[in-house]
Amino acid sequence: MLKKLYYKFRLANPKKPNANRFTRSKFGNFMCMLLIVSAGLFTMLPLIYSVVTSFKPIDELLIFPPTFFVRRPTTVNYVALPGLLSSLSVPLSRYIFNSLFITVVTSVLNIIFSAMAAFSLSKGTYKGRKIFFLVIQFALMFNAYTLSIPQYLIFSKLRIVDTYWVYILPQLAGTLGVFLIKQYIEGYVPDALMEAAKIDGAGYIRIFWKIIMPIIKPAWLTVVLFAFRDIWAAIPNGTIFNEELKTLPQIVTQITAGGIARNGSAMAITTIMMIPPIIVYFISQSNVVEAMSSAGIKE
Amino acid sequence: MRTAKKLKTVKNGNLREQLPMIMLVVPFATFFLVFTIIPIISSMVLSFTSYDMLSMPKFAGIDNYMRMFIQDEVFGTVLKNTVALAVVVGPIGFMLAFLLAWLVNEFSTGLRTLFSFMFYAPSLVGNAYFIWKIAFSGDAYGYINSLLLSTGITTEPIVWLKDPNYLFTIIIVVQLWQSMGVSFLSNISGLQNVNRDLYEAGAIDGIRNRWQELRYITLPSMSHMLLFSAVMQIQSSFSISAVAVELAGYPSVQHSVDTIVTHMADMATVRYELGYASSIAVVLFLLMAGTRAVIGKVLNFVSK
Repeated sequence: MLKKLYYKFRLANPKKPNANRFTRSKFGNFMCMLLIVSAGLFTMLPLIYSVVTSFKPIDELLIFPPTFFVRRPTTVNYVALPGLLSSLSVPLSRYIFNSLFITVVTSVLNIIFSAMAAFSLSKGTYKGRKIFFLVIQFALMFNAYTLSIPQYLIFSKLRIVDTYWVYILPQLAGTLGVFLIKQYIEGYVPDALMEAAKIDGAGYIRIFWKIIMPIIKPAWLTVVLFAFRDIWAAIPNGTIFNEELKTLPQIVTQITAGGIARNGSAMAITTIMMIPPIIVYFISQSNVVEAMSSAGIKE
Repeated sequence: MRTAKKLKTVKNGNLREQLPMIMLVVPFATFFLVFTIIPIISSMVLSFTSYDMLSMPKFAGIDNYMRMFIQDEVFGTVLKNTVALAVVVGPIGFMLAFLLAWLVNEFSTGLRTLFSFMFYAPSLVGNAYFIWKIAFSGDAYGYINSLLLSTGITTEPIVWLKDPNYLFTIIIVVQLWQSMGVSFLSNISGLQNVNRDLYEAGAIDGIRNRWQELRYITLPSMSHMLLFSAVMQIQSSFSISAVAVELAGYPSVQHSVDTIVTHMADMATVRYELGYASSIAVVLFLLMAGTRAVIGKVLNFVSK
């Protein structure tokens, strides 16, 4: 009896971290921590190195052997960035604008269309919705790289090569958003709520905007995170030639091609490019755990 | 007769009532059709033709497929590379994404958030992978080279990214560095939501350590999540291309890290052999679909 009570006390308190439960040995906890720290060093060191390097003056970049940390930090690499691109006929600000514009517009459209489709597929009663969802679930496997050539054909048939559309449209066909939001709605939006809203005289469109969208906020914030990250880093393959339409990832290669003297500036642009996705991550991260909990594929 | 009439009105009524619902799915369905379904179907059709985008496609039977497996030596190499990379990166990435999520899950909310960010960061910052280009740079200033030189392990700088012996491993390392993506986050979330009563019941039934708990409670509760995670890993590990092109260039030395995706892009956007590129795409689709089917079966078996 006492033993049972003891287990109840140790286990049933959800605020207690797993590491404190009795099934966890001290040695095991130590080994876990060791693994986490070594894996963390592997993932973080390259990123920290690039941020640190972006603040190195030229003599520290060329020092042998190279040092990890910076001794006399300077912003000269950032200041030099616009000048490095002067040969490209388009100012740095244009690339930044393109990147931000495309990413924001596409992310917003993506979550709206995905949420609409997800709501319809989970709460609709029309025929064909289940088969359609199975197709979507299957298409989760294909990404921009695997579909790049077939999509390239479509772009040229639609005559949208070398326009903003090649960044935006294929992303709107992405299935991850619909999948995640639909699973979330099935887990968290009871049919009774729909019935109650209908009795109050609300139409489906109204229900969607006024009731569903606020409830599923964690899900679409999570989708924003993934969409933003994908679009921000996307490099269109052979579909953008006009310099004025290019985005930041496409000029990074041009900067890094300049050899070690350019390493400082290459790291500066890398650091700049890290900032927006990280901001989006910290805005959405508290919702991610909740929203992804229903993400499983049931077969 | 009367019931039939009644049924029909119910059905029509349903359609009218469901019309707004159907409207909601139309925008996404349109994009999905135009940019996913039609491309897949058209590449299946075009794979049996010879097509250069200027003249009409000409029917070519199975010539493209014959060429792929008999004439095109590069295809043999890229197929081998793609499968080899996927076989290494896929399962390791899949297991790491679960293992690290499981380790992270042991800690309280604050630490968990910090650790999750650490592991997710490389995949979050997208194309930061070219940091590795500088790390593995072939001259003495490359970070790895200078480390090896200054500690006396080597006496000459190694040209990492031009040496087929190292390239394959380097691509695997960088790809794994970025593999804690969507599946890692979904695993954390899944672990957080395993019913805690099960652990309690398990403890009373005699579970004594974390391994037993993992085997008998956690893994069986996670099977749907693991299939999702596997699908995400298939998606990324069969399409390794950006990292390889950035680090090794295209074509890489002796095609050592060229993959189906880079070969396909070369055929289509450089040589305009769209029919042939389409047949390569079809082989890639089949490869991915086959892998998914096998993994589905395996996970089904494991979770029983």
